[in-house]
Amino acid sequence: MMTSFLPLVAAVLFSIGAVGVLVRRNAIVILMCIELMLNAVNLTFASYSYELRSMTGHIFIFFVMTVAAAEAAVGLGIVIAVFRKRQSADVDDVNLMRW
Amino acid sequence: MDWGLVLFYFFAALAVVGGVMMITRKNAVHSAVYLVLTFVSVAGIYILLGADFLFAVQVLVYAGGIVVLFLFVIMLVNLEESRRLSGGKLHLAASAVLTCLLFGMLATLFGRVAVGQPSVAAPLGEGNLQLMGIALFRDYMLPFEVVSLLLLVAMIGAIVLGRPRA
Repeated sequence: MMTSFLPLVAAVLFSIGAVGVLVRRNAIVILMCIELMLNAVNLTFASYSYELRSMTGHIFIFFVMTVAAAEAAVGLGIVIAVFRKRQSADVDDVNLMRW
Repeated sequence: MDWGLVLFYFFAALAVVGGVMMITRKNAVHSAVYLVLTFVSVAGIYILLGADFLFAVQVLVYAGGIVVLFLFVIMLVNLEESRRLSGGKLHLAASAVLTCLLFGMLATLFGRVAVGQPSVAAPLGEGNLQLMGIALFRDYMLPFEVVSLLLLVAMIGAIVLGRPRA
């Protein structure tokens, strides 16, 4: 019952994250939306892991969390580097590959 | 009345509300706070699924670590936004259509994937942490080491990126 409904919740969360990435301009909020999408994927893993009585899903969640932490650190580092150069964290202002 | 199910619906609704509020707030600090709400709700769902180790990691790493990192960067960067949304009406409409398509695809996929017979046996439950440790350090030893290397690389990368130009 719970686990048949849970992937749907995860799909909703993933879609919210996707629409956030598409429409927001603030690079920090976009990174938050990416974290939300990763969380949605984790929920799916947890749900199927529970349903199939398997530990593998939990292991994958662990690795996804690690990669998410690394991604947040590097992504925010890039935001700060861009802000130093452009005085803005707006993705629409960063439309050139090089200057 | 099944309190587990009630709690589950509560946490699921809370997670979705947090997500929606996160992408609609104008102030990035408010977005970060709503992100915490979503993370904590997801942690609650982990508890209901019997994944107590993941609950702890979710609260410590996400709600505790990553969100604090976001807040620090928001305060460093200190932006005032003139426009919140990117692009024009066409962009917004295309984004909405694409997201609806994506959601439809995911929903039909999850509806079709038949999961195994839901058994009444206790969930992974007790000894979960032990099982996790055994799996992690025996079957997934190499990925574990690779991930530690990834974290090191990410740390060095973040330091190099954040260093002021000489």
